[in-house]
Amino acid sequence: MSPIVTPTTDNRPDSGADLLFPVPDDDGAPFWEYTARGELRIQTCSGCDALRFPPRPCCPHCQSFAAHWQRMSGRGRIWSYVVPHPPLLPAYAALPGYNAIVVELADAPHIRLVGNLVAAADAPLNSVEPARLRIGAPVKAAFHTLPGGVTVPRWLLERP
Amino acid sequence: MGPTLKDATAIAGIGQTPFAKRLPASEKALACQAIVAALDDAGIAASEVDAFASYTMEETDEVEIAKAIGAGDVTHFSKVGYGGGGSCATVAHLAAAIATGQASVGVAWRSRKRGSGPRPWKNTQVQLPTPGQWTRPFGLLRPADEIGMLARRYMHEYGATRDHLFNVALACRNRANQNPAAIMYERPLTREMYMTARWISEPLCLFDNCLETDGALACVVVSAERARDCRQRPVYVHSAAQGLPAQHHGMVNYWNDDPLTGPAWTAARHLWKGADLGPQDVDVAQIYDAFTPLIPLSLEGYGFCGRGEGAAFTEGGALEIGGRLPLNTGGGGLSEAYVHGFNLINEGVRQLRGTSTAQVPDAATCLVTAGEGVPTSALLLRS
Repeated sequence: MSPIVTPTTDNRPDSGADLLFPVPDDDGAPFWEYTARGELRIQTCSGCDALRFPPRPCCPHCQSFAAHWQRMSGRGRIWSYVVPHPPLLPAYAALPGYNAIVVELADAPHIRLVGNLVAAADAPLNSVEPARLRIGAPVKAAFHTLPGGVTVPRWLLERP
Repeated sequence: MGPTLKDATAIAGIGQTPFAKRLPASEKALACQAIVAALDDAGIAASEVDAFASYTMEETDEVEIAKAIGAGDVTHFSKVGYGGGGSCATVAHLAAAIATGQASVGVAWRSRKRGSGPRPWKNTQVQLPTPGQWTRPFGLLRPADEIGMLARRYMHEYGATRDHLFNVALACRNRANQNPAAIMYERPLTREMYMTARWISEPLCLFDNCLETDGALACVVVSAERARDCRQRPVYVHSAAQGLPAQHHGMVNYWNDDPLTGPAWTAARHLWKGADLGPQDVDVAQIYDAFTPLIPLSLEGYGFCGRGEGAAFTEGGALEIGGRLPLNTGGGGLSEAYVHGFNLINEGVRQLRGTSTAQVPDAATCLVTAGEGVPTSALLLRS
């Protein structure tokens, strides 16, 4: 695991106010290394150029093991969303009305990322009124560094 | 023609414990109670059991169970992956083992204390690595959130509404109201209760979610020939299938090219290929209902209607007794008990024996399915 993504806080459900950290595997680690630089990159086959997500060792189209990480424009559309309510882990229950969304990327609509729609990169997860969520709404990526040092992509409305 | 599973084996016995939010006995004791009851139902001695099949998230293992109930030498045992997706596959694995002579008396079971035990999604340590790294940090924490995401997209694409989801919840509740073993026996549901219920994960409310339950169930599988000498009327395993579709990702199928066609579609193709019957011949269905949206998705997957027509299919009482496809006649996971779908198998058997508390007149064929949204399995049972 890359040192930049080592969780530094306790994720036990009784540990209080911490949001969860990504815990990458070998295949996913580069994604988080790029987000730490403010870049959204998707694993791409070096044999046939097909993008794939989630990351994995081998291309499902041509079985090549050679891959690189292609930079995305960071633009997309909301494919779907939910507004979770308790029972939730304490850190999320403390953010009533937060959303989880799936974004399809403008560059590659078959690549979809789970994320959050927020009012600004560093705003709380519940900083957008749930009533403003709409399937198809154009969004753009922003990057937020969690207290433990991990940077996650978040999403802002193109037309706030 | 090579060997076939078609009607080669039968479910000869079923057993279960009470269902409750909290039961005092251990999961192991509950498992043994259900298995002993199922063997007694079949009229088969425990010493004759030589095969076991279970599915993951089961904490009791066959070594302990075999010892406790007094099984003989065991020559086949299997454990199917992906939790609730494996319920029907346990019977399929036993049927395959028995049809090919690897065993003669098989037991499948599920024992659970989820009503009083911890919720698995709270264990974030085991969930954060692959694939949780792509979902959990964003607060997509629970199965209800994961399926809610698909449900919202489904509603958007096909004009499905909360009333369609209510139709599902109501059919299950109405059947549970007829079933004294159900947790929701004598607890009717109204549209107003549904529409004003608290949210769990918008667009899913409390009544779109199954009941976390303590309880255990088991069934006994033997050859068709042997079943004809057993205590109960045999219920034949006509066809069985598992399904793990191309590019599937468990629970969060959002990365599939077509996320709204889940594992049901794959299992269904294989199930019907191995059957003399089609969806039009199914008299009653027990469809895995951890969440209401799984029903319209499954109705489409198993071919009861076309793509995008699953919600409309639920209209006009179609899922009620006397409707086009009576559903989850014991109450299902939504209103009888959520025991990872095993109650659907036992209820399918009761329907084909003619002993359900919500009996479909002359039911001769029953579809039973396992968890949709994860690698799944299904059974086509006939009397």
